[in-house]
Formats: sequence, structure tokens, C-alpha cells
Amino acid sequence: MRKPRRPKLAVWKFASCDGCQLSLLDCEDQLLAVAGAVEIAYFLEATRAVVEGPYDLSLVEGSVSTPEHVERIRKIRRLSRFLVTIGACATAGGIQALRNFADVNEYLSVVYARPEYIRTLAASTAIADHVPVDFELRGCPIDKRQLLEVISAFLIGRGPATPAHSVCVECKIAGRVCVMVAHGTPCLGPVTHAGCGALCPGYDRGCYGCFGPMETPATASLAHQLRALGMDGRALHRLYRTFNANAQAFREEGERHGS
Amino acid sequence: MARKTIKVDHLARVEGEGALKIVIREGAVESAELKIFEAPRFFEALLRGRNCHEAPDITARICGICPVAYQMSAAHAIENALGVTVSGPLRDLRRLLYCGEWIASHSLHIYFLHAPDFLGYDGAIEMARDHPDSVRRGLALKKAGNEIMSLLGGREIHPINVRVGGFYRTPRRRELEPLAEQLKWARDAALETVRWVAGFDFPECERDYVFVALRHEDEYPLNEGRIVSSEGLDITPARCEEYFEEVQVERSSALHAQLGGTRAYLVGPLARYSLDFDRLSPLARTAAREAGLGEVCRNPYRSIVVRAVEVLFACDEALRLIEGYVEPDRPAVAVEPRAGIGYGATEAPRGLLYHRYRTDADGTIAEARIVPPTSQNQASIEEDLIHFIPAWIDLPEEALRHRCEQTVRNHDPCISCATHFLRLEVDRA
Repeated sequence: MRKPRRPKLAVWKFASCDGCQLSLLDCEDQLLAVAGAVEIAYFLEATRAVVEGPYDLSLVEGSVSTPEHVERIRKIRRLSRFLVTIGACATAGGIQALRNFADVNEYLSVVYARPEYIRTLAASTAIADHVPVDFELRGCPIDKRQLLEVISAFLIGRGPATPAHSVCVECKIAGRVCVMVAHGTPCLGPVTHAGCGALCPGYDRGCYGCFGPMETPATASLAHQLRALGMDGRALHRLYRTFNANAQAFREEGERHGS
Repeated sequence: MARKTIKVDHLARVEGEGALKIVIREGAVESAELKIFEAPRFFEALLRGRNCHEAPDITARICGICPVAYQMSAAHAIENALGVTVSGPLRDLRRLLYCGEWIASHSLHIYFLHAPDFLGYDGAIEMARDHPDSVRRGLALKKAGNEIMSLLGGREIHPINVRVGGFYRTPRRRELEPLAEQLKWARDAALETVRWVAGFDFPECERDYVFVALRHEDEYPLNEGRIVSSEGLDITPARCEEYFEEVQVERSSALHAQLGGTRAYLVGPLARYSLDFDRLSPLARTAAREAGLGEVCRNPYRSIVVRAVEVLFACDEALRLIEGYVEPDRPAVAVEPRAGIGYGATEAPRGLLYHRYRTDADGTIAEARIVPPTSQNQASIEEDLIHFIPAWIDLPEEALRHRCEQTVRNHDPCISCATHFLRLEVDRA
């Protein structure tokens, strides 16, 4: 009997730090099994071998931030049966979306002596702002266990089981003492999408929102509580405006507080 | 003579995106350009107006492969600006965390990015079909480094436990015990790695590099030291910008750093090893000698052996640090904001990583400057191509293209850091 064709996996990079695609190589115990279950058709960080599309599953890392990116993501969408964004850059524009609130020409002149050599867009935006996306995996960086779940789910043909509740719920499930209630430490856990396993509170630190906003987050109530803990407007503005600054709920809450 | 162009649309097994263009005329390499077109992300601009305590977390996002290096250089530079020194067990824990990153990053490069060049595979997954035990060893070794980062930092990529002044939470001694068990295995695996890569075939290619690395009075350099060169430079990090200059070239979104504004120099494993050989642990020195390395290594193709020696050192050093660990009274030293300028230089896996910050009285960052290792090595990588390629000019095109890529990968360029991906155009006239 002929062996069934293995699904073709592609990994693409836009403006990013490479950390989310590295998460796949960081699955040390599962990597060879993954490589057995799928055909790694395009993954430049791992191999020179390139197999032509179309691809069954494309994982896209990074934000759209140059004129070339706009064209490239459309081409990748056409070549991909499923397209999943991995990480805060691809899902919300990333830390480099801070330029969206500034003058990009001023930014260029700060970093480069000859800004005219550099091609960039004024805004760094999410992949879903340009093409339809089948699933968005959150995190800066993504959690590698969630990545394995997403790959498995798409290959099997079911939806990924990635909880949509808050980091706050993960923290309660883990049985941790609340850093905000017990120590007065500002924490974005109540409004941040789950996925990290409530890492920061486990290290006596408040969540800083690297998985971005959960669905319908109570950002304003949390801001009220954070002000009661002594946080000023500027600090609140920065807290909401970091790794997921351009995600709608965080963007809007950030705008309500002083810069 | 007919004009000939070889193109590779994407250079693989490097971090980020760039292109390579080589022009060959009359049997000589006329020019070699490493083009970097990684999309610029403007970190130095977006850091302005942020609180200085945010610098370690924000700059970590420059690179997913070496976030600890960014966290360390940022923390040291901010502490320097605020007049704070971190010492004792907190300093040791930082060094331990950095060992974790060296082990993970170097193992990734040795087994996944570089070894396939020597053994003739497109990547490690293809290599695993014929060399399953080696690839499994590489994965386990990488994992051992990542375990250090997970335990101390909370996670491997963009750890969450580093702060200006120290950590948010420091581990109990008993938490480090399982790590020590794993590191004992890793140290043996690192020694096997040195022996494995020492058996590869290396072209006889040496260059008279100007090496630049940190040098510390009694340690192999990670977090601290003076910046020294093979030509006698010996300065504090605060004077870095007097001697090194970044220039911008049209083909690249990364800046090229040069010594004295004109000359190429090399940072990274070859430089560290050659300038700090006497600071390696005895076990690492012995393994290096057995592997046929002298006290100075000028053959970039042998950098894979040097990296393996550094992995061995990092395992050894991590075990020493765990054994001597005393739980600190508090996880971080107190820091107060003030106006100041601070400098930080640490040894990222790929070489010297320099940060400078100017802070306002309330701790807001007014100015930031970051010089990553790959932008410093770009000019030397291009010179390597110009020097080494003429000997291989008669190779078939695919073999020549592969050799060019390998010559770039020798230096483990991290293009995401330098600001991206390599397309090779060989233009033969």
C-alpha cells in the first residue's frame, strides 16, 4: 500500500526576533517526531532544502512592516491551506508597533545616518490586517507546548485547544498567591490572554501582558485598580503599550492614560 | 569571457534575512557584499521615553536566540548609569543564566546550523537519518542549556526573571540540584561534541584577524571585563565609542562597526578563545589541545570546534557556580533613579554586545545605543569571502555556492540582531 502523503509545513518570517520559530527547534523531545509526521517544506532557520508550495500549514512569524512584506504575505496566503500566525509580532504588530504612535521618519533619523537607504512602512501591523488568518497563537514568545498543540490540531483537522481565559485564571489554577492582592504588585494578569502558565506571578512579578489582551478584557477596571495601587498615568500608559501595543484593547486603554 | 551569475534566493541556517553578492573577475573575487535586509525595528528609537527598568525586557526582543545577552548588557549598562553594582550570589546567578544561553545557542549552531555543512546535509533533520545519535545528543545538550534558562529565567526565550539590580525571585539551593545532575551529563556530552567536530575536514584557511573580546582578571568573560584586542587595545566599555565606529552602507539595514572607523575586526568565539585561552577551565583547555587547537585559532572553519570547547567550558562553569551557590538575602539590590550615562558590554554567544543609555533624573531613558556582535563581524565576513573564495573558484557552481554559505555561517551571523536573510549572487565575468 502506498504511504499517505505527509502534510507540508512551512515557516515564514517577517519583522521579528526569530524567537517564535526557534520555539519549534526548542521542542527538543518532540522535534524529530514532528519532522517524521510532516514534511518540513520551508523552514530556512533549520534547512537549506526548499520544497515548492502549496503548503498544508504555514506558520507565520513577524509583523508586516515593509512594502515587500505586504506583497509577500498575500503570496504566502495563496500558497497555504491553513495559515497560523505565531506570536505577538504576527498577531498584534509586536514591540516594533511602537512606531505606529510616533513619526517613523524621526525614528529612522535616530537610528540611521542615511535614512534614505532604508525601506520601511510607517506602521507595523498584524498579519490579519492584510490577509485572512485561520488561527492566531499568542505570546512574546509563544509557548512551545501550545505550538505543538496547534500543529497537531491542524494536522488532525480539529480546532486547537488553547484556553481563551486570562492569565489570572491560570494563576488561580496553579494555586499561586495573588501578587496584586498580597504584595500590591501591579499585574496585567486579569486582562491578559492565557498561555504562559502564569509565569511571572510564579516568579514574584506582575504579568506584563506579553500574550496580549484576552477576549473582552476589563482593561479600564484594572487601570482603576492599578491607580489605587499608586501607579501614575505615564506608567499605566507604558504598561498597556509594550509588546502588544497595537492590539485593540491595549491600544485603546493605553490612549486613555498620560504619555 | 562569458558572464556568469549564480543566485541563491535565501541563505538558510542563519538567524534572520540577508543576501550575498560576490563578483568574480579574472579568477579573483572583486567584491563580496553581505546584504542585510532584515526589516528595521528601531529599538534605539523606541526605548526613548521608557523607564530604565524596562530596558532588559524590551531589548531581549531584539533576538530570540540570545535574549539573555541583551538582558545582561542592558541591566549592566543601566546599573552603571544608576551607580549600582551587583555582586556575590546575584552576580553568580547571572553568570549561570548566561552559561545556559551559551550552551543552548552554541549547541543550536554546532548541530543544526553548522555541522550539516561539514557532513553534506541540507539541515540537521536530514542529517538525523544517518547520524541519529549525534543529532539526539545535540538536542539533549541544547535542552540542558535551555533548562538553566527555564529554571532561572522562567522560560528559554525572553526570560522574565531578570531585572535591573538582580532578579525577581532567586532559586533555593535544592531547586538547582536536578540541574546539576543534568549538567554533569551535559559536560560529558560536550566533551564528546568537541571530539566529534574535531574529526571534521577543515580547509586550511587562516586569516590574520584583529580579535576583540572582553578580558576579565580571572574569569573567562561573560558579563564583565575590559575590551581588549589582539593589537594591544585595552579599554573600559565606557570608552568603546572612541575606538569603534558604526558606518552605514547602502545595501544593509544593519550598521557596520569598524575599528578606528576604517578597519574590520572580529568578535565572537574565535576572538574570545584566542584572547582568553588562559581563562578557560582546565578541562576545556585540555579538550581544546586534544582537539588540535592551539592557543590561538585563526581558521574560521574551526570555529565549530571552538564553540564546542566553549560549551564544555559553560557546562563546567555552570556546575562550579551551582556548587558554590549561597542563597542571597534578597533577590535584587535596591536601585534609585538618577540622571546619568551607563555603559554595558557583555559576551553574547556571537561576541561583544555593547549598550549605552542616558537616563533622566526620574529614570526615563533619554538616549540608547546598541551595537550587536553581527554588525561588528559583517566586514570580517566579507573579507573572509574575498580571501578564501579564489581557491575554490573552479568548483562546480553548487559546490561553490555551498562553500560561500558555509563561509558566512562560520561566524553564526544573527541577522535579526544586526537588524536579515542571504541571497547569493555570484557574478563571474
